[in-house]
Amino acid sequence: MSSGMSGGTSTGPATPPREQQRKMQSTGEVRAIVQRLAGGFLPPLVALASAAVVGDLLILSFGEAPSTVFRLLVEGTWGNAYGIGQVLYKATTLACTGLAFALASRAGLFNIGAEGQLAAGGFGAALLGTLLPAGTPGLIAVPLCLLAAMLVGAGVGAVPGALRAKFGASEVIVTIMLNFIVLAFLNWIVSSKLRVPETLHTLPVVAGMVPRLADSFAAFRGSAANFTIVFAVLAAVVSWWYLFRTRSGYELRAVGLQPDAAEYGGVRVPRVMLVTMCLSGALAGLGGMNFVLGYKGYYEEGFAGGAGFLGIAVGLVGRNHPFGILGAALLFGTLSQGGLAVNAIVPKQLTDILTAVVILAVAVAVPEVQKQLRAAAANVTAAFYRDARNDVS
Amino acid sequence: MILLTFLLQTIRIAIPYLLAAAGGVMSERVGVIALGLEGMMLAGAFGAALGSYYGGNPWAGLVGALVAGAMVTAVLAVATLRYKANQVVVGVAINLLVVAATRFYLRRIFDSASNSPRVPGFGGEGAGGMFASFVNPVVWMGLAALPVLAWVFYRTPFGLRARAVGEKPEAAATLGVAVTRLRLQGLLIAGSLASLGGAYLALDQHQFSDSMTAGRGFIALAAVIFGRWEPVRVAVACLLFAGAETLQIQLQGSQLIPSQFVEMIPYVLTIVALAGVVGRSVPPAALGKTE
Repeated sequence: MSSGMSGGTSTGPATPPREQQRKMQSTGEVRAIVQRLAGGFLPPLVALASAAVVGDLLILSFGEAPSTVFRLLVEGTWGNAYGIGQVLYKATTLACTGLAFALASRAGLFNIGAEGQLAAGGFGAALLGTLLPAGTPGLIAVPLCLLAAMLVGAGVGAVPGALRAKFGASEVIVTIMLNFIVLAFLNWIVSSKLRVPETLHTLPVVAGMVPRLADSFAAFRGSAANFTIVFAVLAAVVSWWYLFRTRSGYELRAVGLQPDAAEYGGVRVPRVMLVTMCLSGALAGLGGMNFVLGYKGYYEEGFAGGAGFLGIAVGLVGRNHPFGILGAALLFGTLSQGGLAVNAIVPKQLTDILTAVVILAVAVAVPEVQKQLRAAAANVTAAFYRDARNDVS
Repeated sequence: MILLTFLLQTIRIAIPYLLAAAGGVMSERVGVIALGLEGMMLAGAFGAALGSYYGGNPWAGLVGALVAGAMVTAVLAVATLRYKANQVVVGVAINLLVVAATRFYLRRIFDSASNSPRVPGFGGEGAGGMFASFVNPVVWMGLAALPVLAWVFYRTPFGLRARAVGEKPEAAATLGVAVTRLRLQGLLIAGSLASLGGAYLALDQHQFSDSMTAGRGFIALAAVIFGRWEPVRVAVACLLFAGAETLQIQLQGSQLIPSQFVEMIPYVLTIVALAGVVGRSVPPAALGKTE
């Protein structure tokens, strides 16, 4: 980050050129910070602005007033405790799938398979929850179910990881194909072996239910928000610590930035890829707890409902940073719940369209902002040298 | 007789795969990842229903499909070619966008959450009997698409340039090929083909229904990879996948193999092909690279 720091340690006499160099280095540092902030925050802001414009146009095309619709959206989400609870509930799953996407992304891998990993994780948690002896204390049952969800998710993530590491098979294609395979397999096992007749869900779990937030804070009554959110926040903190404070995390990021250089530096790249995809799958699997153990108490066909794919949006807008992802999860949770709030006057798909616009806009803005920043930096440098030349002459 | 029924049904099921997979081959061979096929097909299906509904005949439906496909392709092209956005991300976003937008406008235009009213399709009731499908020009387009593409790739200057752009864009540029323009042309062809695949579905069922492509774009993508990006092999892959599906329909009720396992066949085969257990699938060298 701070390549310009070395200038200060030199002991040479402070000749005018040295002064100049130092001045340039400090402006260089400021510039680097500005650039990093702009590169991080500008794309999501551009995306939100584009979504607002597209949203306005769509609402106008329906003959409604944008201000009315946006007011309804805010009132229906952050305007009351129930709405907040619903947003938190949706954000919990999204945070997990967003972290899953981000972790893999940091290693230069695209995990498009969070949808299947999420469903499989939820299934794992539900299965263990029904097999444990009834009335197993929560302190034992919840961690066990959490482990089950993460292990099953990791298992699904291991397939693309191993195929990429061993054969160089594109993890994008393998994860997409695996989504269909996993969902079809779960469909088969639930419909032929485990379901409650006349329904699409398994027997209710007998142990491992996660308490609702409403049990502790009465205001949330009726909303699905539950303490899985604590695990999601913990997962973000641990992911941050892993990525930025451990040796493995450093290797992971090195593989993402420059696999050849990482390999040359002694990193076992295939191993990092496999481990990363397992961790990514585990994070997505963790999200399955939210629905299964926090809300319904059973596994149900199609509960993932696109939350795995939305994780891509969350990761992108959160700029693949664990704490950014928590914010982005709240944003997309709000959009998702907000759709229901405005459904009376415009179709709820309005917010789904806006979600897609946000993804597109971030994808476009990231390389564009970097390009503009590079151009701006080049201009500043050129101007600096011009000034310096003028000072000397 | 049973064999003939089987063959005819396989062809009917294969048509959307053949068209979308032809689009997929075109797109990927010029170097743009074809994750948006599903969205292009769905847009085509919606455009076909709209065109056929307002135009009163299926040809207007085809025009509608091409327009809708071109609109989606334009978004894809601007994002990936002009702004060099990540192609995987854009593909995923396009699919989400089209699902949401078609639902939105289904309610806006037809005031329904599930489907459009009945629209005219090709061929009257009972015309052609057992061979009714062959009254449908889209069936012929589907059967012709990949063979024509093979001819274009290996027998025309455009095809040679397209392959060069997908394998080594720098070299192609050195020889005076306008890389971005050629990719744009490739994408437009891809979008048209995929949207015709969607149009076939809507006109065949005489209506648009919510998310009616149901993952067919991804099966087409699987066929592209399983067929190693070679048009003729891809056509065989499409027919193979469609044959498996037909078998599943005909075996329904016999409980021999659970239908979910038949559904998995295309995806499992594709993963196996990518892993290179029997002959390796190697994508075009410049696939997904931006500069």
